Parts: sequence; C-alpha cells; structure tokens
Amino acid sequence: MSHLDALEAEAIHIMREVVAEAENPVMLYSVGKDSSVMLHLARKAFHPGKIPFPIMHIDTMWKFSEMIDFRDKTAEDLGVDLIVHINPEGKKMGMNPFIHGSSKHTDVMKTDGLKQALDIHQFDVAFGGARRDEEKSRAKERIFSFRTSKHRWDPKNQRPELWNLYNSRKNKGESIRVFPLSNWTELDIWQYIHLEKIPIVPLYFSKERPVVEREGSLILVDDERLPLKEDERPMMKSVRFRTLGCYPLTGAVESEADTLPEIIQEMLLTTTSERQGRTIDHDTNASMEKKKQEGYF
Amino acid sequence: MVHVSELISTDIDSYLKSHEEKSLLRFITCGSVDDGKSTLIGRMLYESQMLFDDQLSALKNDSKKLGTQGDGIDFALLVDGLAAEREQGITIDVAYRFFSTEKRKYIVADTPGHEEYTRNMATGASTADVAIILIDAKQGVLTQTRRHSFIVSMVGVKKVLLAVNKLDLVDYSEEIYRQIVSDYSDFAENALDIESITAVPISALLGDNVVDKSENTPWYNGETIMQYLENIEVQNQRKQASFRMPVQWVNRPNPNFRGFSGLIASGETKIGDKVRVHPGGKESTIESIVTWEGELQQASAGQSVTITLNDKIDVSRGDVIATPTDPCGESDQFQSRILWMSADAMIPGRQYIFKSNTQSATLTLGKLKHRIEVNTLDHLPAKTLELNEIGVCNISLDKRIAYDSYGDNQTLGGFIVIDRLTNNTVGMGLIDFALRRSENIHWQKMDVSKESRAEQKSQTPKIIWFTGLSGSGKSSIANILEKKLQALGKHTITLDGDNMRHGLNRDLGFTAADRVENIRRVGEVAKLMINSGLICITSFISPFESERKMARSLVSEDEFVEIFIDTPLSVCEERDVKGLYAKARSGKIPNFTGISSPYEPPEKPEIRIDTTKLSAEAAANQIIEFILE
Repeated sequence: MSHLDALEAEAIHIMREVVAEAENPVMLYSVGKDSSVMLHLARKAFHPGKIPFPIMHIDTMWKFSEMIDFRDKTAEDLGVDLIVHINPEGKKMGMNPFIHGSSKHTDVMKTDGLKQALDIHQFDVAFGGARRDEEKSRAKERIFSFRTSKHRWDPKNQRPELWNLYNSRKNKGESIRVFPLSNWTELDIWQYIHLEKIPIVPLYFSKERPVVEREGSLILVDDERLPLKEDERPMMKSVRFRTLGCYPLTGAVESEADTLPEIIQEMLLTTTSERQGRTIDHDTNASMEKKKQEGYF
Repeated sequence: MVHVSELISTDIDSYLKSHEEKSLLRFITCGSVDDGKSTLIGRMLYESQMLFDDQLSALKNDSKKLGTQGDGIDFALLVDGLAAEREQGITIDVAYRFFSTEKRKYIVADTPGHEEYTRNMATGASTADVAIILIDAKQGVLTQTRRHSFIVSMVGVKKVLLAVNKLDLVDYSEEIYRQIVSDYSDFAENALDIESITAVPISALLGDNVVDKSENTPWYNGETIMQYLENIEVQNQRKQASFRMPVQWVNRPNPNFRGFSGLIASGETKIGDKVRVHPGGKESTIESIVTWEGELQQASAGQSVTITLNDKIDVSRGDVIATPTDPCGESDQFQSRILWMSADAMIPGRQYIFKSNTQSATLTLGKLKHRIEVNTLDHLPAKTLELNEIGVCNISLDKRIAYDSYGDNQTLGGFIVIDRLTNNTVGMGLIDFALRRSENIHWQKMDVSKESRAEQKSQTPKIIWFTGLSGSGKSSIANILEKKLQALGKHTITLDGDNMRHGLNRDLGFTAADRVENIRRVGEVAKLMINSGLICITSFISPFESERKMARSLVSEDEFVEIFIDTPLSVCEERDVKGLYAKARSGKIPNFTGISSPYEPPEKPEIRIDTTKLSAEAAANQIIEFILE
C-alpha cells in the first residue's frame, strides 16, 4: 500500500465517521486544490451513493472570476448541493480590500462570513481542507477540532486523539471542524490530483494574463474594480497561482508551467513556501494562530 | 542524504512515478525536557531539505531573537509551533510533522517531555510504527525515560530507536554511550514488551549520525537515524491477522443496494468468503467489495471499502464483520488497563461513555485492582486514578460488544473513556480479556412484576429524587410530602441521607469517590423500592450531576422525578440547622458540600423549588400535583 493509498483510506474513514455521527454536516468548499481533493474523496467515500451533505462556499465578492465559474460548474457536474454565503453586512458596506485594507476585508468577509453561515444553517460539523504541513499552528490541531459557540479555537484545551478513534460528542453550542487532509502535504495533494485526474481551477496553470506589480507581488487585473495608479499599465505575463483567494490579496508567480508534472516540478524546485503568496500571514509570526482562535478556518 | 532535485529537474515523470510507490512510516519522538527532540526533528526537516527559503530566513531571524544557540540556527524553533509555547521554550502538545525521502513519507508525532503531558505522548504513540526515545548523554537513563518507554510499550509500539543525544557534550565518549545503552537494555528486558531496540549515538544539534555517518564516532559502525528509518521493516502484522472490519456506515442509495462501509482493521477478505457479524454471530458470505474505482476481488487491512453480503441480515454501525474461522469475542465485562487523561480524577462506580472502533456503550468502571507506578513499575493499591496515572480495572458495559484483546488487535481492543457531562476524552483503555462471569449471570425471571405490584397498590411507582445543599430543606419538604401522600392512600418509603449512612452505607466517607458510591447504592435501593410498587422519596445532597444521571438511568424516564431544592448557600449557612456549616467553615469537617466540595446544580430538574419564595407546605403540594397528574 503506497502512502497515497493510506492517506486516501484515512480521509474516507474520517468522512464516514462524520456522516455516521453528525446531525448536520457541511463541507467548506474554497474552490482551491485542497477542496477539489476533498470533494473527490467524498465522492469515493459514499459511492455508489451521492455525497450526503451540501458544500458551502464563503464568497468574499473578490474571488477570482474563474474560481466562481469553476465552482458553479463543479457543483452542477457532480450534482451536489452548493450553498454560497456572502456576509450581507460586508456587502452593504461595500467591503473593498483596496479601501478597507486586507486584514479588515478578511475579518469581515471570510471570518465573520463563515461564522454567520454556520450559525444560519446550524451546521454542527464542517469539513475543511486544511493540512498540518501548511503552517506551524496547524501542526498541532486535531483532525476533529472543536470550536466554542463563538467559533473560537482553544489550542490548550484539545481532546487527545487516540488511534483513528474520534470522539465527536459535543457540548451545547459547540461545533466541530474536521480536517480529513490533516496528514497530507502539498506534494501529496498535487501528486493525487495528477494520479486521479481531478479537475482544478485553470488559474493554477500558467497562461498569459494581465497583471500589475505591487510591492513585489504580481496582482491579476481580474476585473475593472482594480484601481490602477496613474503610471500603472497592466502587462501581459505568463503567470500562474500557487494558492487561490481574493484576487487583490493573492500574488501570481511568473511561470511557464502549464501541466501538472511541470507544476509539481516547479513546486519541488522552488524556494518559497506556499502561503507566502497570501498577505495575511505576513503581519506577525503568530498571526495565523490568532486568526484561528478568533474563528478563521 | 542526496536530494533528488536532479531527477526532479531532468525527469519529473520518473520522479513522480517513484514517489507514487513510497510507503508511509509514522514515528514518535519522546524523551525528557531538553533532551533535544525538537532539535532532532528540526534537523531532519532541514537535512531532508524540506525547508523553503522564506522559512529558512524566518528561522534565522527567530534564532537570533529567541534562539538558544547564539548566532547558530536553533532548529527547535522550526517545530515549536504555538506562540505561548515559544515564549516558554517548551512544546506543550502533540504536533505532527512531515518529510519524505526517496523511499518513504514520514509522519512524525512530536510529543512533549513534561510529566503532566504524558497523555499526549500516549496519543502520539497510538498511531506510531516506531518510537525514537531520546536520552541526554549527560543525564543517562532518567525516570522520565522509563516512563516514556513504558507507555510506548504499553500502547503497542514494537520498534524502538534509542537516540543517545548530546554526545558532543561528553566528548563523543564511547564508554558513556555503552553504559547508557546497557542501563537501558537492563531496564527494557525486564519491563517492556518491545520487539527490537536499536541504539544510535548522535548530536542532534551538530548533526552527528542523524543523516550522515559522523567522523566523531569512529567506534560506531551502525546505522544513522535516517538509515534506520529508511530500512526498518514495519511488519505488516495487521494484514496477517484475522479479518475484521468495523461497520462505520450503512450505504443505502436505493432499495437495491445495501452496502456496509468501513476501514478494514486487519486481515483480508475476498468475494465468496464466509463472514460472521458481531455481536450476534449471524453468518453470510461476501457478495461484492465496492469502491469508486470499481469492484475488487479482494481487499486487505488499511483499505476503506464498502461490502455487500449475499444474505439479507441486519447489520448496522457498531457491528464488526469478521472471519468465522477466528471470530471476535463478545462480552460486556472486561479487565482493562486505563491511562487517565483528565485533571478530574477517575471515579470507580461512576458511569462514563465507552467508545471503541465504531461502537459506543455506557461504561461503569469497577474497582481498581491496582495502579502501575510508571517510574518503578510497581503495582500499588489505589482507589482512583489521577491525570496521567495508569491502572488495571474491571469494566462493565450496558451491552455486549465484539472485541479482541489489545495485544491481538489494536482497533478491536483499544477504547476511549468519555465523560458524560463534559464530553471530553478522559481516558485511554486497552482490553486485556473478557471476564467469564458475564456469561454466567442471568437475570432471575419474575412472574410477579413491578406492574402487577403497582396495580395492587393502585399507584404509579416513582422515584422522587431530592437534591440540594445541606440545610436547603430537602428533608423537611420530603417529610411533609410523604405525610400528604400517605393521607392520599399512597404507599411510600423515604430513603434519607443520615439514615442510610448509619446502615447500608456506614463504610463510606465523604471523599468524591465515596460520595459516588453512596449515591450508586441509593439509586439501586430506590430501584428495588419502585420495583416493589412503592413511591420512593430520596433525600440526599447528591452533589454530582453524573450520579444523578446514573440513578435516573436505572429506571425508565417517566419514573424519575428530580426535585432541585434551590436554596442559596448563604441562606443554608444562615439557617445552619445542624451547626454543620460553622464546623465546616472552621475546618472541622473536610469535604463539606458547598464549602470545600463542589455542588453541581441539576441541568434539567423536573421541579425546581426556591425555598426563599415558597413554604415547605406549598412545595410539597406542587410536587404532589406534578406526580399525580
């Protein structure tokens, strides 16, 4: 049994445990590559039945337009229930990362949006595609990770997780985040996408795209909302994305990699880690941990 | 280690092909504080070049700011994840790390050496194939080394790598190294159940014998740590064991398909194989093994599959599909070893929730046979288990389950203990064997029933369970209530705290464990009373919610009426009818509820009585109205 077979079997086991024990589970679907893998695994876990829970996307209104197209097509192709939630308060105030700043944008649209959506639908378990290799505070998180009624994570008060035996009993108001990909690495994800031929958003593949350079990051001119400075002219460059989020906050990398093996090759030879393209991690060293305690997924 | 970057850049497809065939090895690192675990893992990540430039530059920055290595790189900072831990300079939880080589992908459980976090180590060990036990060459074999080794052995890790670290600080002395290895072997031979122990002299800080062989230890000819990990055969014992698959979920997408989904815990099976379904023992044969990729002819340990059977037999979550040539055992009483993982001590007699593979049951912990002192491995008498203590005790479940002993099958023999109130995982348990007596005790069947006795008395038997602080007014109200019931022609009996403690419970004191046993007995007596058709009034402080729940669970839901006499502590203390509060305040009575022992108010009592607003007479009337309606 190869390591990918073992990881797949583990993820399927985790998903089935949730469906057997949860009252109202949901899968958080970010449209990224990890979500694509998670969704693929869910199809396997419940075959020949359908995926027995909805998938939910927290839309921030600033996602790449190709992500939205891919999301809608995927849901239709797979015949899975898709819930899209946009924080109505953020929408009303016209949340804009260029005006309000990246951290407020993320807080309101992503963190608050997620909490709202979970509360509205009363989901007791939410699958997430996070991996332990992504970031230091994730390395300590359990596969079944509990959140208080205020969606806070308490890293000092985690239940011991023995064998592959998960205690899913929760107290009133608590909810659980479940991470079936906890033990996968970025390489495992890519390798699996390659082997299983899993569809992913085309933004991961290199293509000539219009970008502007800001503070060392290449920002895609995804729509007319990107305010161009006086001397800025979009340039056509062969770029791709290693991680997907809100387009104004996600830097592209210059690349010629337009096949999966080339992407994997580039990833293996590259010298900066995956999340560097995301602006939120730069603030302070422990910023992800703080965000998670506050309810960021 | 040669990085494979050449292959990656010249022939990515071959690289990917080779990566597909890697196997997975999980290991745990354990040792005492400052033995250098985090440094060793950081070093392995560094050497296997799993670090990116930005991580490396962050590490260099952090090393200057927070490091303990002067201008050098502090590898420990790579793995000490959470902010609070960084400041304290210790790891406080289980963290998982990943790296891979040409042959294997590794998952490392990094677990702390602090004594109070032993539970985390057991957690890390529960999924590990190999344990690396670190010893500081300057310190030698410590109490904690023994403790960790014992846990690793108990949890069933069969291969141990003894890493004698910080050899640079003892001038790479062969003599010191040999002495430590010999000390450890003496201990391990007597006390542990480990298949193989391999020792390596290392310096995690300087990299000696971690990946490449060190020139500083010419006297050592064995493998380096990485070589050991790359080459160790992790015998697939699970595959060779008898077939077991706990059913997780029944897959019924349409009326024509009924599949049983699960992760095969051990052994293998193929189409046409006879199987037995536990508990119960119904037999059938495998019709198909369904996966998304298509149907399989056979499947083995570690695979997640969906099985259909040729006969329409009742199978649900919690059942185990097994081979009939070596079936599971079935029982409801076991001897087990338990590692306690909660700050609230284990209490024999209290009910908890049992969960093993996919089955749950109500668990009553019996009396402890003994506690195992992990530092000396002595067997000591014990009444309770505190956090991180290990004991042997009998357990009984409210139903028969399929099991194997932990030594035979970790999935079927391992269980967790869950607290019914907090829902926390409070214990790790290992089934040793089933107790025979569960097969021998049968309930005496009675022709005269509770119903017929109750009918004779023209009443509905009930337990009227009073709870509240000392002096809250329980007994006064209970007394009036019983008089009124009798006047109405009802047959009653009152069990009173003081009276019971003079007779049946005179061997019990006031510790938490004794209080639990006190209430357990009261519950059982009350159950006998209502079986005789009586209305049974009990008047006890009964401070713990879990015991009240236990008493409630002994009878059917509508037979139990919980009455919370909700009198504030200050009022009880002011009344102080028996002068007990004054004594407790002056320290003359230990473990006094409300003063030096907790009272947990009921979550959902049937009736709550506020004696500051309602007279005892009115309270009794309210209760009668409720129970006779």
